[in-house]
Amino acid sequence: MREAALDMSAREPASRAEDSPAPLLQGWGLCFDAGGKRLVDRIDAGIRPRRRTVVMGANGTGKSLLLRLLHGLIRPTAGEVLWQGRPLDREGRRGQAMVFQRPVMLRRSVLANIRFALAVRGIGGSERAAREAEAIERARLHDLAKRPARVLSGGEQQRLAVARALACGPRVLFLDEPTASLDPASTHAIEELIREAHESGVTIVLVTHDTGQARRLGDDLIFLHAGRVAETGQVSEVLDAPRSEAARAWLEGRLYLDPPPRHPPPRRNVRNPRRGTS
Amino acid sequence: MDGFWRILGEAVGLILAWDPDLIEIIGLSLRVTLTAVAVACVIGLPLGAVVGAFPFPGRTAATVVLNALMGLPPVVVGLIVYLMLSAAGPLGPLDLLYTPTAMIIAQTIIVAPIVAALTRQVVEDLHREYAEQFSSLEVGPFDRVVALLWDARYSLLTVALAGFGRAVAEVGAVIIVGGNINHVTRVMTTTIALETSKGNLQLALALGVVLLSMAVMVNAGVMALRASAVRAACA
Repeated sequence: MREAALDMSAREPASRAEDSPAPLLQGWGLCFDAGGKRLVDRIDAGIRPRRRTVVMGANGTGKSLLLRLLHGLIRPTAGEVLWQGRPLDREGRRGQAMVFQRPVMLRRSVLANIRFALAVRGIGGSERAAREAEAIERARLHDLAKRPARVLSGGEQQRLAVARALACGPRVLFLDEPTASLDPASTHAIEELIREAHESGVTIVLVTHDTGQARRLGDDLIFLHAGRVAETGQVSEVLDAPRSEAARAWLEGRLYLDPPPRHPPPRRNVRNPRRGTS
Repeated sequence: MDGFWRILGEAVGLILAWDPDLIEIIGLSLRVTLTAVAVACVIGLPLGAVVGAFPFPGRTAATVVLNALMGLPPVVVGLIVYLMLSAAGPLGPLDLLYTPTAMIIAQTIIVAPIVAALTRQVVEDLHREYAEQFSSLEVGPFDRVVALLWDARYSLLTVALAGFGRAVAEVGAVIIVGGNINHVTRVMTTTIALETSKGNLQLALALGVVLLSMAVMVNAGVMALRASAVRAACA
């Protein structure tokens, strides 16, 4: 039976949604407009703790925007993001970390990149030293710790980016196509880091175009089309038997230009923790 | 043409002889210029970083003003500082007119906008790259400015050197507020102007050679820094 990872209102009976663990992070009616165009259109998203949620869809369907909205990097045009039932604030964002498709390396050494992330989070002294050592160990960058981060290979930079994000101790880790331009060995290394993070209790939200990676790393899947949720469910179910035409066409490698799916019906019987039953 | 080479030879002789007057003038020039550049950096680096990194109402206007101030006419700056420091001016009681301090003030006013405007551009470009990562890490405003200035340090050294180049070659403002008083406020540029008018071309040319050498050294320094930054992957 399918579980709705995101868009809990869309497909599942209310009782089903209420049986699930309370979402750690929720987006309600998220919309995002830019240049007079609606790029994200009324997405309801619930990220449950300790799950691995994969976000898939064709290019330009709003996957990265959805991650940025949930992480609080951009403000929704409409809707709101809740962290443990309350509006996402500074404290909430500190419970999250994000790894970008193109890793952002500060112009300093590998170790200093990690140190900076910890310092701005107010982590100092022996704890910072311990976390630095752990991050270097985790990313297997011992020999490169004092090298400028920007001279590392793409794979090494991405390992550093993941290790730096995890060093901050996030409860949710967002990853936006972290292996998009990496070779198989580097991809495997990143996947190992993600797997270890999940095993240590970190909730994972991953954007990927790689169905193999989605199967290896994902529990739940949200498929987007034209800024809306086209389909949700467990990864294997959606990938093996897609219900939506958008997901089916994408999996078959067909260009799907049909209009976006009709928006899910109103959220009757779905409880918004801030507003009560709507 | 023979006259030129003869005068150049005599000028080089003055330099090699370590002429005390020449050394005094070069020393004062460096003291005034380096102090002005340092003060301009203290003002211009954070100002440029703030304008480059943070959106605020009037940011575009601030950018336009900073860029426009890069072209401040030195004689106008000299005139304004003169009016401020003269006996009838608001800062007259400080008795700074015709002192090296007055020259430092004038040069700081000329160089600070250059440092600020170039810093703004450097920081804005870098912040565009860092912005999402900073937001993700919840980096506060102060930490942002410090991190951006530190990570752009090689480019900003180039900015400081550009300010130094402008200040050390400046004559209009320092001659107005300094007065070109021998052994007090006489610097290289004002001396070149004075000695040329007096026909003492050896000293003028000797100072010209020193000034040109400084310009070459500044440019060599800039290139070396850039190369070093590229090697360190910090550019």
